Amino acid sequence: MHMADALISPAVGGTLWAGAAGLIAYSSKKVKQDMDDRRIPLMGVLGAFIFAAQMINFTIPGTGSSGHLGGGMILAILLGPAAAFLTLASVLTVQALFFADGGLLSLGCNIFNLGFFPCFVAYPLVYKPIVQGNPSQRRIAIGAVLSAVLGLQLGALGVVLETFSSGISDLPFATFLLLMQPIHLAIGIVEGLVTAAVVVFVWKARPEILEGTCVSSPAKASSLGRVLAALIIAAAVTGGVISWFASTRPDGLEWSISRSGGKGEVEPPKKTFYGWLAGLQEKTAFLPDYGFRESKKGESSGDAWPAVDPGTSLSGLLGGTLTLITLVLIGVLLKRRKKHHVRH
Amino acid sequence: MSGIESSFFDIGTMDTISRQDTLVHRMDPRIKVLTTLVFIVCVVSFGKHDISALVPFLIYPLFLVVLGDLPVRYLSRKVALAAPFAILIGIFNPLLDQELLLQVGPVGLSGGWVSFFSILLRFTMTVGAALILIATTGYNGVCMALEKMGVPQVFVVQLLFLYRYLFVLVDEASRMVRARSLRSFEGKGMGMRVFGSMGGHLLLRTMDRAQRIHLAMLCRGFDGNIRPFHPLRVRGWEVMYLLGWSALFVFMRFYNVPRLLGTLIQRFLS
Repeated sequence: MHMADALISPAVGGTLWAGAAGLIAYSSKKVKQDMDDRRIPLMGVLGAFIFAAQMINFTIPGTGSSGHLGGGMILAILLGPAAAFLTLASVLTVQALFFADGGLLSLGCNIFNLGFFPCFVAYPLVYKPIVQGNPSQRRIAIGAVLSAVLGLQLGALGVVLETFSSGISDLPFATFLLLMQPIHLAIGIVEGLVTAAVVVFVWKARPEILEGTCVSSPAKASSLGRVLAALIIAAAVTGGVISWFASTRPDGLEWSISRSGGKGEVEPPKKTFYGWLAGLQEKTAFLPDYGFRESKKGESSGDAWPAVDPGTSLSGLLGGTLTLITLVLIGVLLKRRKKHHVRH
Repeated sequence: MSGIESSFFDIGTMDTISRQDTLVHRMDPRIKVLTTLVFIVCVVSFGKHDISALVPFLIYPLFLVVLGDLPVRYLSRKVALAAPFAILIGIFNPLLDQELLLQVGPVGLSGGWVSFFSILLRFTMTVGAALILIATTGYNGVCMALEKMGVPQVFVVQLLFLYRYLFVLVDEASRMVRARSLRSFEGKGMGMRVFGSMGGHLLLRTMDRAQRIHLAMLCRGFDGNIRPFHPLRVRGWEVMYLLGWSALFVFMRFYNVPRLLGTLIQRFLS
């Protein structure tokens, strides 16, 4: 469920990047404040542990398929929200850079969906209240399953909202939602059970490891305030996304009317980044008599591909092919010149 | 399982590729990170039915692949491995948007197919750009660039640590997986219960390792900073490189180069 760059718009990607960057700054500050030197190598090694644990897959009873650990909740349980968030963000960065899981622009979305929800929502609001005080095998199991399910549900909802407000995919909101949520309910239950199994094992073997985070109680008074602060930031960010989304589709009714009227896309409003770019494009268009500008004026829909008239489509195809050939030629020339260089 | 294992060996391959000594590899990492970001934002900002205007952007990955001596087949295989999600979401477009958008002779192309191909094209370019960034800069280079650009140091140190211990722990996990598969018959012992204790053991070993690492680091005077061996320095021509590419990307964002070209040709022919 990693978001891909291909499916998001710069506005959505940028907003969530800003949100993720803010959370990283906040978490870094918190980790630094704790000044527990041991945390630093522990975080690094646990990040690597997530990759390693993902290599061990297991069969899921009743389905015949196999799964592996996602890891968000385990980190939160072992490290606490801020350190776990940083660790997860680093894991996602490596996945984006090396495995092409997600992309650079969508990294913000992924950090938000897979990091923020388990660490700052599911862990403090679900796992901690259940397990805190007197941990037992049952409490840990229930807490892990419930928080994993909640974290993944919110994450899946995030994916749906981000994809939909980007408008690259044609999937209707409700369909996509119905597609994603049940799948992630199943994934969440499995993830929760596995997390519980590992945490219970660790708790039985070395209970002192878990004491650092969820069992001890003295430092709890102030952490609620911090969690609230994080939630407020989150609310502001999500609010930003939703209001952006609202400004793209000013009115659900309007939108559905223009949809059913067969006009295709609604005109992108000037407020959005895309609208701004399109406006700039119109203003600065040189060679104004070249087909596309006029057809843009003639039609009510201001889509970026306004060319329903075959003439411009043909010129696009022709030019596209030519550009491609030119590019390949440039590549071959560069390569040849380089080889020449090496020989000297 | 073998798939994941081999993709971890891939990290090693990427690392090797990134240690080449070409003009592109020698450039300051910050320049490459920024250029890549401008490239991705420009590519992603296109409307969903744009294909022709996206094509000229291929020049950037092409340029780096050639000048950086990168293995094309290897990189394209990595891009293809990551494609399923984009395809899964994108494939609904042809079903949902059947309005005719492009007509070439008898062949009509619906808006859905056009936007599907657009998704694939931008997927290839954005994912390719990220992989090429690593292949020309190396992971440590990217991390150093991030630190210089204001990412909190705790996070950068975290990124460096994660990478450093990835190889060790992955080796350990693959030995555990091999041991388990040698002892399990007819799928016995592959379930979640065994995973719980395996994962738990791995975790305990990991934490012991972290403690040993920490002690060793303290012995060597670690104070929370990781100092780069070569200080980073941006040279004048590298700034020109960044500005030049950015200008080109913005130009190609605003002007549909292939269509202009096509119109010119048609005008010339008629």
